[in-house]
Amino acid sequence: MKPAFQPGASVTVSNRDIQGHMRTPTYIRGKTGVVERLCGSFRNPETLAYGGDGLPKQPLYRVRFLQSHVWPEYRGPSTDTVDIEIYQHWLEPVS
Amino acid sequence: MPHDHIHGPTIDPERLAYYQRMATAVREILIEKGVLTGAQIEATIKKMEARGPALGARMVARAWVDSDYRIRLLLDGSAAAEELGIPVDGTRLIVVENTEEIHNLVVCTLCSCYPRNVLGLPPDWYKKTAYRARAVKEPRAVLAEFGTVLPNSVTVRVHDSTADMRYLVLPARPAGTEGWAEDKLAALVSRDSMIGVQAAKEPES
Repeated sequence: MKPAFQPGASVTVSNRDIQGHMRTPTYIRGKTGVVERLCGSFRNPETLAYGGDGLPKQPLYRVRFLQSHVWPEYRGPSTDTVDIEIYQHWLEPVS
Repeated sequence: MPHDHIHGPTIDPERLAYYQRMATAVREILIEKGVLTGAQIEATIKKMEARGPALGARMVARAWVDSDYRIRLLLDGSAAAEELGIPVDGTRLIVVENTEEIHNLVVCTLCSCYPRNVLGLPPDWYKKTAYRARAVKEPRAVLAEFGTVLPNSVTVRVHDSTADMRYLVLPARPAGTEGWAEDKLAALVSRDSMIGVQAAKEPES
């Protein structure tokens, strides 16, 4: 799986309503952030956790989100952020 | 060790007794079936207990006195740990630096991922639902409860360790420590300062 996003790219986290060994927290699904860095490619925990081989490896990114976007009731400064690791198959490009 | 372990969705501390019984049962079955030996389990526990915050503190102190090391640490935390003889066993360590403008805070909202190779076992509060839920949603309130009150001119960056990376905060070097030796500096680097809930200790005047 080749990396599809470069640092600085705007991405939206897929808003899938699925449970299991997902490493995408529900609070961030549907939110838009900016790729901070590519961390490398890793086996997919969604199959790895259930005895699968986790292949093909998925590119993993650190994506930075503005807290005020993630939590509408957020009371801190608008510059505060939360960085989250998200696998490529959860990310959609922002046009 | 990225997510190669088995765990349920969320473990309430109240249910620990249940999981403790479960862990014992699984351990006994593994030994009985010859998958592991008791000696191997004991050796792993010893290895886990040998690691502690002193390792991370050494890295921080080195970064404070050696600006080239600081740059290498921020570029590749794992390689910088290995450079000091601290094994990270393939864990990808990302080091984030506190400055006058930025304060970093580490949490794992999904479970309790923690940079065990450089900090040892996590404190109980790090694993509790309250910290995991609140650190990401109201980090400034959580920081204030740890005595860390930040002005709005400082940006708070929360790092949610959701997958294969582990995070270590490089706290700011306290004022009044100019010319200090590395060992003396390392004593100021608390575990909590490397999680990001507090600053490094101030030198005693």
